[in-house]
Amino acid sequence: MKTKPRFETQKFIDTPPREETWALRLYIAGQTPKSITAFANLKKICETHLPGRYKIEVIDLLKQPQLAAGDQIVALPTLVRKLPEPLRRIVGDLSNTEKTLVGLQLRPAKSEP
Amino acid sequence: MTRTPRDGAIKTLPKAPTGIQGLDEITEGGIPRGRPTLVCGGAGCGKTLLAMEFIVRGAAAYNEPGVFMAFEETAPELAQNVRSLGFDLDKLIKQKKVAVDFVHIERSEIDETGDYDLEGLFVRLGHAIDTVGAKRVVLDTLEALFSGLTNTTILRAELRRLFRWLKDKGVTAIITGERGEGQLTRHGLEEYVSDCVILLDNRVYDQVATRRLRIVKYRGTTHGTNEYPFLIDETGIIVLPITSLGLQHKVSNERISSGVSGLDEMLGGGGYFRGSSVMITGTAGVGKTSISAHFAKAACERGEKCLYFAFEESPGQIVRNMRSIGLNLEPWVKKGKLRFHSIRATLHGLETHLTTFHKLVREFQPDVVVFDPIDSLVQAGTRKDATAMLTRLLDFMKVQHITVLLTNLVHGGETLENSGVEISSLVDTWILLRDIELNGERNRGIYILKSRGMAHSNQIREFLLSDRGIHLQDVYLGPEGVLTGTARRSLEAREHSAAVLRQQELEAQERDRRRKREALEARILVMQKEFESEEEEALRRISQGQAREATLQLDRDKMAYWRKAAKKQGGKK
Repeated sequence: MKTKPRFETQKFIDTPPREETWALRLYIAGQTPKSITAFANLKKICETHLPGRYKIEVIDLLKQPQLAAGDQIVALPTLVRKLPEPLRRIVGDLSNTEKTLVGLQLRPAKSEP
Repeated sequence: MTRTPRDGAIKTLPKAPTGIQGLDEITEGGIPRGRPTLVCGGAGCGKTLLAMEFIVRGAAAYNEPGVFMAFEETAPELAQNVRSLGFDLDKLIKQKKVAVDFVHIERSEIDETGDYDLEGLFVRLGHAIDTVGAKRVVLDTLEALFSGLTNTTILRAELRRLFRWLKDKGVTAIITGERGEGQLTRHGLEEYVSDCVILLDNRVYDQVATRRLRIVKYRGTTHGTNEYPFLIDETGIIVLPITSLGLQHKVSNERISSGVSGLDEMLGGGGYFRGSSVMITGTAGVGKTSISAHFAKAACERGEKCLYFAFEESPGQIVRNMRSIGLNLEPWVKKGKLRFHSIRATLHGLETHLTTFHKLVREFQPDVVVFDPIDSLVQAGTRKDATAMLTRLLDFMKVQHITVLLTNLVHGGETLENSGVEISSLVDTWILLRDIELNGERNRGIYILKSRGMAHSNQIREFLLSDRGIHLQDVYLGPEGVLTGTARRSLEAREHSAAVLRQQELEAQERDRRRKREALEARILVMQKEFESEEEEALRRISQGQAREATLQLDRDKMAYWRKAAKKQGGKK
């Protein structure tokens, strides 16, 4: 497993159990540059941090608009972490990897001031 | 103030009626069709309700399906909130006339990384609009987006796009926004909505809360510019335009009895005009309520319906008290011709009172309405507010063709002509009741200060309350002026005896005259008789004379004969 080096103190924090598969859902509206960037960024992050145990479901709201209400989608693109619980939402094209990792709780937020 | 459209005005903006009582009057037809309208105001001022009423009434009354996008309340919560106002939201949703979409944005659940847009909101809204074929859209309140998402640059750009998109969709939209410091909305939504802005407000003055509504702007059309009080009651929002009705009500020439025959006489013989307003002013205990009750009873006897608003007495008390002057109102109450509505004026604000009046009048459809007394309404607000409210009330009644009778208590020391609530110029007939203190007693006087459009009496009459109702005493007019009570009675007695004396004198004179005539006639008769006898005597003497004359002539002839004969005889003989 190829991971970035971690700090010792973060060892026990919020690391998902190895066996759990991550269910991710990416909401987009058509093949816009933002959607494509978001998908590419997500793919990269998952490959890096969750190799082999992630599932990405892409939902194009232009095709299935009725699904938007279910996950309370307002902004697009939105990434929803269905599993593991709790549910997390990350909006944007995920271009800020650091923030995405924090949002997905793959990395704890920077210590608060 | 509502301006009437000028003749030949350019075809005005198409409008979508909101279905909210009064609001369509102020806006002269509704909010701009196919454009967004901003409704802003502080917490609890009724924004959501106004928006919801717009959707529900649109779907139910105008066959315009609507989408309600709620950012603060869930669909079940909304349905529950409006159910208390008589709207069945669930049913409309089932009938696919209304779609409710609850948008939940919670900052703690959302992380933002990189670029994004609000296309999700557009998709949801578009989907909802397409599902029900919506013509109306409500976004309540968009500002929740600002608390859920941090990137205001994106938000502002997207909001601008949203309003453009709504216009392109051709839906009539209401966007609600929380009142902000120094600007209409906290996040400056008014920047995006330029067509119509409605401001709601809930103010407390002297412990009485009044909701007000004002149209801040309405591009491309005339509209009422005042602050209009509005109410939320069990039927929803009711806006009460003060003078939207103008002065174009039809008038009637029909007269209706005041219930007191003497008063009808004073009013030119017929009573009040139908649809006019009558004010009865007087000090305490002069009989204002009694006159009102007579009026109410007269209406019931004509087969009309009367609504009686009492602010100081309970219905039972009025019925009992009126029985003491021989007026039995109970049968009319039982027959449903007379309805009392007793309420303390201070129970709630003027606006709520006004709505109660409106509602009851609409429900009961009375022909005459009595307010007894109106000055207590001043206690429910300020004098100015009370005057404004009564103006609207009288306007409303006039348009409905209802004859209104108001009583007004004037406190001791005030001049009677001071109506207290300054509506004297609004009423058509103004009757004054006053105490007349004279010779150690107090009597009631009634006179008509004004009565538009009829030749009314200018006299003060005394009116008596007896066990057979009100009786107007004919005026005593004499060298000593108008007298009342025992003074009048004693004067009348004196007058009466004087009249008897005068009568007797006259009779004596007449008898004298007759006697004289008789005497004269007798004398004439005697003289005539004397004359006749003298005449007879004279005639007799004349004829005797004539006879004698004839005899003498004969004698002379004989003598002459004799003399000649003697000559002849002498010669011959």
